Amino acid sequence: MTPKHKTKTHSKFLSPKQITGAEALVKCLENNGVEYIFGLPGGSVIPIFDALVNSKIKLVLVRHEQGATHMADGYARATGKPGVVLVTSGPGATNTVTGIMTAHMDSVPMVVLTGQTISPMLGKDAFQEADIVGISMPAVKHSYLVKNTNDIPRILKEAFYITNTGRPGPVLIDLPKDMVAGPFTGSLDPKMDIPGYTVPAKGNQKDILKMAKMFNEAKKPLLLVGHGAVIAKAEDAVRAFVRKLKIPVTNTLLGKGVFPETDPLNLGMLGMHGTAYANKALINCDLICSVGSRWDDRINGNNAEFCVGAKKLHIDIDPAEMGKIVKPDASVVGDARLVLEELIKHVEPQDTRAWIEELAFYRTEFPLKYSNDHGLTAQKVIDELYQLTKGKATIVTDVGQHQMWAAQFCLTEHGRKWLSSGGAGTMGYGFPAAVGAQFGTPKELVVAIVGDGGFQMTMPELATVAVHKLPVKVIIINNRFLGMVRQWQELFFGNRLSGVDLEGSPDFVKLAEAYGIKGIRISKVEDVRSKLLEALDHNGPVLIDAEVIKEGNVFPMVPAGKSAHHIIIEPPTTQLEKPTGST
Amino acid sequence: MANKNNKKRDTHTISMLVANKPGVLVRVAMVFARRGYNIDALVVSPSVNPLYSRMTITAKGDPNTLDQIIKQAAKLIDMIHTEEHSDVDAIHRELALLKVKATPANKATIVKLAKKFRTHIVNENDKAIIIEQTGTTDELDAMEMLLKKHGITEMVRSGKLVMAKGKEST
Repeated sequence: MTPKHKTKTHSKFLSPKQITGAEALVKCLENNGVEYIFGLPGGSVIPIFDALVNSKIKLVLVRHEQGATHMADGYARATGKPGVVLVTSGPGATNTVTGIMTAHMDSVPMVVLTGQTISPMLGKDAFQEADIVGISMPAVKHSYLVKNTNDIPRILKEAFYITNTGRPGPVLIDLPKDMVAGPFTGSLDPKMDIPGYTVPAKGNQKDILKMAKMFNEAKKPLLLVGHGAVIAKAEDAVRAFVRKLKIPVTNTLLGKGVFPETDPLNLGMLGMHGTAYANKALINCDLICSVGSRWDDRINGNNAEFCVGAKKLHIDIDPAEMGKIVKPDASVVGDARLVLEELIKHVEPQDTRAWIEELAFYRTEFPLKYSNDHGLTAQKVIDELYQLTKGKATIVTDVGQHQMWAAQFCLTEHGRKWLSSGGAGTMGYGFPAAVGAQFGTPKELVVAIVGDGGFQMTMPELATVAVHKLPVKVIIINNRFLGMVRQWQELFFGNRLSGVDLEGSPDFVKLAEAYGIKGIRISKVEDVRSKLLEALDHNGPVLIDAEVIKEGNVFPMVPAGKSAHHIIIEPPTTQLEKPTGST
Repeated sequence: MANKNNKKRDTHTISMLVANKPGVLVRVAMVFARRGYNIDALVVSPSVNPLYSRMTITAKGDPNTLDQIIKQAAKLIDMIHTEEHSDVDAIHRELALLKVKATPANKATIVKLAKKFRTHIVNENDKAIIIEQTGTTDELDAMEMLLKKHGITEMVRSGKLVMAKGKEST
């Protein structure tokens, strides 16, 4: 080695003591503000786990890598900071794919570090080798394969920047073992090199003025808030906008809490299982403005019949969302908060009283309701939980009927107090996501509402809860069915039940006790309140098995592929035709 | 079968400036494949800056889907610039190598044809003639049609290259 070469390698950033790639990696994670890593080790990542021994970063050992990704996701949604996952190569890496896709669909920031075989063995079918960069490619915002140890700090810096700016999304970093085990001689604070990445911020002024004009001409405007408004921290901006214009608001499943659901101007969730009055507003509005929603098919149903005659306005930070589903009459690409803060200056309050009254009428005519006459319903359990917590708790749901009932009855006061897998609809998400949320917000009351089906997909994480004595409360809405599919089979397939009976499930109270966790069973209407109170008062984790009636159905319901006109408010008495829409 | 006019209108030429890194081609191809869009031709070559590569993609299909594809591709972190080009705003060129069966009877005709189309005969013996042609897609299509009756045994086309006219960037 020539002296010239030597001076080149020894930059002023060189640490006094030789460190490994793994140590550099952990240092960079610390520098990026990481407080928790959710993961599970294996051969290729032992050097990284070794480097974590001396780090202030807390490691949460999971029982399955999918759990780690959902924990990181719940952590990210509850705090707004990226969740970090560390797993080994091969099956360790592939087990993260569902969690990565879940985060991607809902624009959640997450950095996934996967082990990889040593670089000379890449592509040679080495033990526990998987092409995770290839496998995960359609489900990540970006990904890296580290080919030089000294690139680690730059890649981490870029990953943390990319994952949580613009439209957030997961970033995967694949780390061949020799890259982390080898010596690191580079800079710990390098420059980023992502010339192709730009983040839209302020919207175009001309677009904003065009939008303002439409608002000023509308008689029956409706604001639709989605997850983008939560991500952009647009809560205050949305509230100020709505208060100034006195216009009704509806939210998507993930937009819950941006505008308080207890406010009379809030119509609650719209779409397939949204309130009848939110869906009536869709039919009758003459302007709908989406703030950070992507007109998902659960909302639109049938695009050709969606808000016919209404002006459609779209505010989103992702330019690819413009015209993807709905062709907007006016659109602004930009940060939801910044756009609304500008838009509000150019809109004038119109007389919306008649419009508000019309919707108030629908609210009294078609309220959300349930009956206690035929046994314990899921709605009763969820409603009672809401009455006891009144929007103070962070509610995390799994996917299925209980999720929709929770969306209907757990009114939400703020963004980040409602976490749910929306786009992906990932069963098994709720429980580990609640665990992650609890790690991220240790002072908050975190309640997971899950089904007996989804819970069993990720329930090994009970061990993680037990080890950390996390005070998370898990309510299993136990109807001994895969309820949402059973509901479809009942309504659309002549009640030919196929693959939905969950016989063989364990006794969940005993299961909790086997982990040393408090288990509580609720089976009677009159016990709901006292048992829930007992759970909420317990200083530690609680698993509640709520044995609800087996064949409850979620209403209202807009059949998939239909417009809001076809909303079913009461249980139908005749067989319905099979839905044409997606899933 | 779509008639020729329809085919032409549905053909799109997209130029992309991308980071010169492994895996970028896969990321771009996936944006097309996921939406069931077939790539007809693809040229990847170094750009004037060695950090970036130039991709020129020719694809057929529904313009709304293509619009979404371009927007999604533009979001790729490794994508520096992407642009769809029409015949009017850019120079389009393609290169073809055509191997034609040579017989004493047709050889003179082929040589004449090659001259007429301002192409080059780059290799010939008593069995086959290889013709090199550079031109627009239409010119290449026309030459192919004419040579077909003499028996084209092999054809390789480069795929389209485009460059924006004037000071516009490609």
